[in-house]
Amino acid sequence: MRASIGLSFRLAWRNIWRQKRRTWLTALAMIFSNMLLVFMIALQLGSYDMMIENSLRIFSGQMQIQHEGYHESQKMRLAVDDISLLAAEIRTQFPAAKVAARAFAFALVSSEGRSFAMQIAGVEPEQEAGISTLPGLLESGRYLAGSDAAEMVIGSIAARNLGVATGDELTFLGTGKDGSFAAAVVTVVGVFDSGATELDRGLAEIPLAYFQDVFSMGGSGHVVAVSVPDLRRVPAMLKSLQGVAGSKNSLLVLDWDVLMPGLKQAIQADMTSAWFMYAVLIVLVAFSVLNTQLMSVLERTREFGVIMALGIMPRQLALLVLLETFLMALLGLLLGVLLGGLVASYFSHAGFAYPGMEELTDKFNLPSVMYPKVSLVSLLMGPVVVFVFCLLAAIYPSLKLYSLRPVAAMRAV
Amino acid sequence: MAAISCVDLCKYYQQGDAVIKGLDHVSLEIEQGSFVCLSGPSGSGKTTLLNAIGGLDKLDSGKISIDGERVDQLGKAALADLRLHSIGFVFQAYNLIPVLSARENVEFVMQVQGVSASERKQRAFRILAEVGLQGMEDRRPAQLSGGQQQRVAVARAIVSQPKLVLADEPTANLDSASLEKLMARFRELNKLHRITFLIATHDERVMSWAERRIGMEDGRVIHDALQAPV
Ligand SMILES: Nc1ncnc2c1ncn2[C@@H]1O[C@H](COP(=O)(O)OP(=O)(O)OP(=O)(O)O)[C@@H](O)[C@H]1O
Ligand SMILES: [Mg+2]
Repeated sequence: MRASIGLSFRLAWRNIWRQKRRTWLTALAMIFSNMLLVFMIALQLGSYDMMIENSLRIFSGQMQIQHEGYHESQKMRLAVDDISLLAAEIRTQFPAAKVAARAFAFALVSSEGRSFAMQIAGVEPEQEAGISTLPGLLESGRYLAGSDAAEMVIGSIAARNLGVATGDELTFLGTGKDGSFAAAVVTVVGVFDSGATELDRGLAEIPLAYFQDVFSMGGSGHVVAVSVPDLRRVPAMLKSLQGVAGSKNSLLVLDWDVLMPGLKQAIQADMTSAWFMYAVLIVLVAFSVLNTQLMSVLERTREFGVIMALGIMPRQLALLVLLETFLMALLGLLLGVLLGGLVASYFSHAGFAYPGMEELTDKFNLPSVMYPKVSLVSLLMGPVVVFVFCLLAAIYPSLKLYSLRPVAAMRAV
Repeated sequence: MAAISCVDLCKYYQQGDAVIKGLDHVSLEIEQGSFVCLSGPSGSGKTTLLNAIGGLDKLDSGKISIDGERVDQLGKAALADLRLHSIGFVFQAYNLIPVLSARENVEFVMQVQGVSASERKQRAFRILAEVGLQGMEDRRPAQLSGGQQQRVAVARAIVSQPKLVLADEPTANLDSASLEKLMARFRELNKLHRITFLIATHDERVMSWAERRIGMEDGRVIHDALQAPV
């Protein structure tokens, strides 16, 4: 467009205020949907962070040091030597981190009447609570006390299946690290109820030293679980741990992404379904812009006819209509992001609770209050998509100008 | 070579069963630098002819040339370019851009033409003063009377000194004094810069300024004669 940018902007800006009420209504549709999008996306991202942290907190921890290949095959002989020493070393080196050593085996657990295959975890009772919430989720009894006592805590579903309660005895049969026969009789001292069915049904914990004894592990184990207070510090911590693990033979550091691949998938699936909803909102706004701009083009037919008669090309008028839409959408974007950002950051401090969610969250030991995450992504992702779709919606009205004939247009009322 | 050459122009409008003859075999030539009036009763085809010459309307048949260039064969872009740079239009309904002030309306075309800001401003102020609108430069069309709006439209048409001015009833809302002043200014531009003027009008006072009078009726030229202007 040869006309100076200044004139085009002035013309476009004045044009959109010719119909104050209509422009405000269209802008309000944008502002409102942008606010909603900013808040919803912030809440969504905040809840993902919470979901990740909570799932990791139940048992796995954010990072784990393992022997190469253990994660894939779960073979007992792929063990980490002197695992408690390694855990202690990391604990001293990174005081802010929580560290717990573990060993795992599969065994047939039997009560008087029934038997089930379960995963037996050997844990350091005094460290475990730093990584896992299970020690705090006991529905009866107490957590493991001594490091080599013949005690066990099991999940609530397993307890029901086996028909045992706190104080009862269980036997388990498995294979030791060296291939030998491993068997023991333990007392159930506690039953946990995590809400995670897999754990409640299939996991039993015994003290690590006792585990090493029964399964002929020597001083070895399989996993050193590590967590830091803030999820955002995981990548840095991962690097440091790789430094420590690298000095030992064939050790790997895995982060939660690898440990719980289902988590990322669940988030992506949730994201997709949420965007489906947002898309409906965005399409509605786009249609309101389409309607506004179509009306504004039609009612200016005569004026556009004159301008074309003066020698201005339809292309230049189409650009003007796009520029008008651009300004209107920019207004919607700025105000929407501003207001949405204010609302989201208020709730990111005060917390946001869905009405009626407490019951559910209590049951699963989740926080009942969610904190929206205010970031550049949560602020701009939705509104920018709205912005783009509004501009796209103005294409059709702009194209209308190409079919305008000056004389016919000037005769129009 | 004639500034404008029309050969056998026809433009018919179908109105139900009847055919309205907007232009009915019109042929005429207008020399560069001439000052011509187009007269005739309402509905005689004056506006239709001016629109055709300016390339605003498609004809059913006939040839139109401006400076030897066939207007009826030009593409959209070339036509727009011709209007932007060579023709000044004054439309029957003055047709200003409502959101722009008088001065901005006058500057608008110059801006698209690529005239620099300072020169634009200077020229707009001068031309508005010449048509008697000094002090009203910043008013929007809605804040101007019909006659004042018309003078803004005239100013817009002549400010760039096009080769050809096509004016459709440019004086319809003017008092005698303003009319005489405007016609004098037209004549001056015509003499000074050899700008061709083709002015459609009902008004005898306007016609008396012309050196040539073309009379129309029912889409036909019924009278075409030179005369001594006042
Ligand atoms: N788009 C159209 N559809 C139908 N008839 C039309 C159209 N445009 C013009 N006409 C007819 O063509 C004829 C010539 O119209 P034109 O506007 O050229 O007249 P005019 O001489 O300019 O009249 P006036 O002095 O009233 O402005 C008229 O009878 C008019 O009704
Ligand atoms: Mg007319």
